[in-house]
Amino acid sequence: MNRITLSVAVFAAAAWLTLSVGVALAADAPTVDEIVQKANYVAYYQGADGKADVRMSIMAKGGSKQNRRFSILRRDLADKDTPDPKFTGEQKFYVYFHEPADVNKMAFLVHKHMDKDDDRWLYLPALDLVKRIASSDKRTSFVGSHFYYEDVSGRNVDADTHELAETTKDYYVLKNTPKDAKSVEFAYYKMWIHKTTFLVVQTSYYDAQDKEYRRYKASGVKQIEGFWTVVKSEMHDLRDGGHTVLEYDSVDYNVGLPDDIFTERYLRQAPMQHLK
Amino acid sequence: MQERSIAGIVALLLLLWACGSSSAQPSLPEGLPPATPPPASQPATQPSGPALPEGLGPPGDQPALPGGLPGGDQPSLPGGLPGGDQPALPGGLAASQPATRPATQPAKTFLQSVKDMGLTGFWETRGGVRTQHPAGQRQASLGETRFQLDWEKHFKGDWTAHVVADFLYDAVDEHHTVDLERGRGWLDLRQANVSFRPLKWLDVRAGRQILTWGTGDLLFINDLFPKDFVSFFLGRDEEYLKVPSDAIKLSAYSDLANLDVVYTPRFDPDRFISGRRLSFFNPLAGRVVGREQTLSSEIPARWFQNDEWAARLYKTIEGYELAAYGYWGYWKSPGGVNPFRGEAIFPRLNVYGGSARGPLLKGIGNVELGYYDSRNDRHGNNPFINNSQFRILGGYEQDLPQIATDLTVSMQYELDVTAHHSRLVRALPPGAPEPDELRHVLTWRVTKKLLNQNLTVGLFVFYSPSDGDAYFRPKVHYKIDDQWSVEVGGNVFVGRENYTLFGQFERDSNVYTALRYGF
Repeated sequence: MNRITLSVAVFAAAAWLTLSVGVALAADAPTVDEIVQKANYVAYYQGADGKADVRMSIMAKGGSKQNRRFSILRRDLADKDTPDPKFTGEQKFYVYFHEPADVNKMAFLVHKHMDKDDDRWLYLPALDLVKRIASSDKRTSFVGSHFYYEDVSGRNVDADTHELAETTKDYYVLKNTPKDAKSVEFAYYKMWIHKTTFLVVQTSYYDAQDKEYRRYKASGVKQIEGFWTVVKSEMHDLRDGGHTVLEYDSVDYNVGLPDDIFTERYLRQAPMQHLK
Repeated sequence: MQERSIAGIVALLLLLWACGSSSAQPSLPEGLPPATPPPASQPATQPSGPALPEGLGPPGDQPALPGGLPGGDQPSLPGGLPGGDQPALPGGLAASQPATRPATQPAKTFLQSVKDMGLTGFWETRGGVRTQHPAGQRQASLGETRFQLDWEKHFKGDWTAHVVADFLYDAVDEHHTVDLERGRGWLDLRQANVSFRPLKWLDVRAGRQILTWGTGDLLFINDLFPKDFVSFFLGRDEEYLKVPSDAIKLSAYSDLANLDVVYTPRFDPDRFISGRRLSFFNPLAGRVVGREQTLSSEIPARWFQNDEWAARLYKTIEGYELAAYGYWGYWKSPGGVNPFRGEAIFPRLNVYGGSARGPLLKGIGNVELGYYDSRNDRHGNNPFINNSQFRILGGYEQDLPQIATDLTVSMQYELDVTAHHSRLVRALPPGAPEPDELRHVLTWRVTKKLLNQNLTVGLFVFYSPSDGDAYFRPKVHYKIDDQWSVEVGGNVFVGRENYTLFGQFERDSNVYTALRYGF
């Protein structure tokens, strides 16, 4: 009796301990949706708006190198009167190219949507032409680099199912599987999300044979105006060894960019005061 | 005692099993926030994540430190984490910068100094030959080298000055004296203008400028700004299709709609085909003529009397761009002939139209229409002046990722309707060919980019079933590096008859190649 009672008591105590530790862990660990939401927010939505000067180096497989220099302006379409600190909705981007010569003074405007294709315009100054760009293909190279349009402006989080594959010392490792497998070239991708900052430190894309063929890395991070910011990132094509490095300078948040910057007016007449 | 210790071990094992199987980290030592357990408790087999990037808070036992904190006291990366080159030392970042900075800022090159002055541009050499026996032209269609300088300066108070000048040597052309209006000679002044903002809602650009609006792709209904079809058909860069206007443009913006008004104080015609560089069908001669019989023309040229007005009222609603247009001026290319003097004339023309462009299916759709009011022939019974016309255009463009990346196709259809066709037919001189009432034009564009988008292969086709003619524009463009590019292309005209729009240029069909250095 005594023995049994003791065993039961110990077992009960162990179960209780287990349960309470489990509960405690659950309370501390964010849900998958929270991780996805926070990582998406940190990557694309910090501040009401933002700007950066970007230097892009494209290293092709043969070793040849090309450079691009452009400025990016971004504005979130959150409700201004009741700002939502977790806003991850529609956005507008304005990209102004400085180099190389063949794209100098070109401007690119994107209205990013959640439930339909983005609106994209390209301004060609030599022709004074505002061109509308078809945008159904988001997984195509952005200005010849290893980054896709979707990498630059953000992939819709609802396009994938997310599961927490693993939690390591520093990272939440998410496995993301596309809901529409035919629309993308990957079978799934994994993201290493830094636990304390929710910065995506690495994204690896896998093919159907579970072989990683494409890798994003945040290789430089800085806290700017209180926001953790990737100031250097890389995209590697692991099949041919080519890669692209992005370096962000003059990053600024909450600039107070007016909404009309993201219209045809400023495509034709670049907003130089915001482009340095 | 023994029983107790067994039970205790069982409990402990259960506890360990519970913790381990939850895939959560082991419990945390005191003093550490829960998100980052210490490296010591990491199982050796723990799969490694990526190394923390520079600037991120250090791993392990210093999780709460912001990345900007200095100090060489950061822990090294735990075993199994790749890359000793990413030690995640925020302090080290600061330390390494002074060492690397000078290396990344070499002495300024001459080109960089030029760029810092706001000067950019290119040098280009372009040559082409006709592929058929020419009709009144040289075999060489192009042979020129040009140096473009683009200078833009921004001043305080939203003032901008912009000058683009092409200095060129044209071995095919015999005229080397400068004619800035027709773009002949060794200087082609493309732009020379100032922009400013007198009011918050008003932009002004005054001077020589390139102007474009409308939705067509190489088809123009409401864009009545001057064009250079000679350059276009000879295979110069597409930017030379647009001829600068000497004009003032006012752009007013409001929440209701935006309004552009362009005033050109002296009529700016197209750089039209006169027989000098391209042969054409001369209806008075009844045949294709070239340099032996160039077109003489009467261009209205009095300042402030032979002027042009163009306006566009536009608004974008939910991604759909809507616009209404008006134009008050002249036919931009010869719109008639003076039968007594045999000269091309530029009768008065007003154009009213509208357009819409926006997402359609998986691509972009556009419609545009316009009424060409030929004011010197309002009744439509003067066979020597263009009849009034309705023009309508529909287009669709889409990329095709299902087939290949960076593959875009588009198609357009344009219909031109002669407004008073029966009156025109009745008024024709005997023996004159009867013009069609309807003109249909279809266009296709296919563009594929390869080799990291450095190689662009494209084909643009115009085809008119009513005229029975077609125009093919194949082009291959390759970016060798950030400065150098090469291009090979062609302009191939075919037609049943020698008097239709494209058919008349059949013997001007040509191929060309170009080499460009941009800076």
